[in-house]
Amino acid sequence: MAKRIDVSNVDIYYGAFHAVQDVSMTVEPRTVTAFIGPSGCGKSTLLRTLNRMHEVIPGAHVKGRVQLDGTDLYGAGVDPVAVRRVVGMVFQRPNPFPSMSIYDNVAAGLRLNGVKNKGVLNEAVERSLVAANLWNEVKDRLGKAGIGLSGGQQQRLCIARAIAVEPQVLLMDEPCSALDPISTLAIEDLIGELKEQFTVVIVTHNMQQAARVSDQTAFFNLAAQGKPGKLIEIGSTETIFSNPTQKATEDYITGRFG
Amino acid sequence: MSTRSPVPQVTSHPARPRPAAPQPTGHGVQLAEISQAGDRTFRFLAGGSGVLIIALVAFVGIFLLALALPSLLQDRDNFLFSRSWTVVGDELRFGIAGLLWTTVLSSVVAMIIAVPVAIGVALFLTQYLPRRFSGPLSFVIDLLAAVPSIIFGLWGLTVLGPFLRPVGLWVSGHLGFIPLFRAEIDPSSSVFVASVVLAIMILPIITAISRDVFTQTPRDQIEAALALGATRWEVIRSAVLPYGRSGVVSASMLGLGRALGETVAVLIILSQAAPGSAFTPSIFAGGETFASKIANNASEFDTPSKTGAFIAAGLVLFVVTFVVNALARIVATRGTARS
Repeated sequence: MAKRIDVSNVDIYYGAFHAVQDVSMTVEPRTVTAFIGPSGCGKSTLLRTLNRMHEVIPGAHVKGRVQLDGTDLYGAGVDPVAVRRVVGMVFQRPNPFPSMSIYDNVAAGLRLNGVKNKGVLNEAVERSLVAANLWNEVKDRLGKAGIGLSGGQQQRLCIARAIAVEPQVLLMDEPCSALDPISTLAIEDLIGELKEQFTVVIVTHNMQQAARVSDQTAFFNLAAQGKPGKLIEIGSTETIFSNPTQKATEDYITGRFG
Repeated sequence: MSTRSPVPQVTSHPARPRPAAPQPTGHGVQLAEISQAGDRTFRFLAGGSGVLIIALVAFVGIFLLALALPSLLQDRDNFLFSRSWTVVGDELRFGIAGLLWTTVLSSVVAMIIAVPVAIGVALFLTQYLPRRFSGPLSFVIDLLAAVPSIIFGLWGLTVLGPFLRPVGLWVSGHLGFIPLFRAEIDPSSSVFVASVVLAIMILPIITAISRDVFTQTPRDQIEAALALGATRWEVIRSAVLPYGRSGVVSASMLGLGRALGETVAVLIILSQAAPGSAFTPSIFAGGETFASKIANNASEFDTPSKTGAFIAAGLVLFVVTFVVNALARIVATRGTARS
């Protein structure tokens, strides 16, 4: 189920604005890769190009190649909708569909894929909620509204919704930044379990979090406000946090800036 | 810790001469009452405005009831179920059944036409059209709302009526076995044409409000749907429409309110049924609505009992719009409470 991501020489633009410059990296299957760096360095933008979500903004375009197991996501004839069914995403703020029950939220992606069979849906909803460590808390109230849950539960519901369609890759854009420490811990534990099945890429502002959950860390920086963000350094999390080769990485990790 | 630590400076602070306290109590902290005159004035103005609105509505209701009651008491027919309208002479025989049917029928048909179109236009403007085109097009739709109803009436009578005549003939020719579509009069001045004109008249208000609600769909809801691999239509279905549901209901009810009360356009278009003719539910019949009936006769209010009969009809219109609004609120709040 997990796939490998190859990013080669990617430049990202919003209209005339050059947001991210010349990024190349490889993300191995069944690993967690963390993107860290100061605000505006393009880490979220890069994350969103991995499932073509940045295209929602008018004028956004990408040069270079993003490949999923060798298939170019930006190749001719590739439908962004199809890309997003393979590369799932969890957002900064929990965003369950407010008009849907817990069950319907998890089933939403499957229903988009045309799954109508009750048995298949029931099985997928339970499996996803179990995988998101939410099943025991909600199994008696699946028909209740998703937004009635706490913030941390809502975020796990969103993770369940994302993994219900069995994506190849799971992107997480600061998934804990709106959560309290206990919910954050629950999500971090969950990420550790998810990587057994999925390739996970996570953007985080919390460096301890990056150190705790990821196998590989990429540090992004920008020369100045308005300049494009760049990938400064990527390597195993252990190396980046203990023995970075770049001065900027070390400064950022030790809290001297950013 | 360096020697330039701020701590010694703080400890040296009491050594400075302290400014004289303005009051003997406390340490110079003034906790006297702050003037709340502005607060009080505003509360009075806001509260007063609220009371005024309620009083106005109550006053209109009481006025209608007070003037209608004497005529209602003299009515020899059942006011709610009779279709006759004899309001001159010694014996009053009048009822609102025919008026109520024509009013409700024309408005409901107008809604059936206008609401789907309005939702479609609003979705097109907000979800499909690039912003630089949607602005001017929205403006044109808003302009439609500014066209006076007399213009719509004239246009409906002279242009739309004849234009829709073949449509009416075709529908009544093929579906005429259903009483609702039975051909009763020339279709160019029927309830059907009045409904189409009403639909055009209420289209802008429903479109404008729906458009505003749809543009406010939270970005994270749209992204949630997109990230699951939703197509544009699926985004609309799973994020935009659920979010806008109660707003669209409110918009439709505003439109319905306007359709129920519309006077001049209906008066011009609709041909009146001959007095004493049998009741027909058809949309290809003539008739009168509450508003057009009252407007048609307002110049001949010579006796209090006659005036009272028409005011009684107006009272029913007042109650109907009230009920419609109340229902709309229940529907709209149930939509949000469920979520």
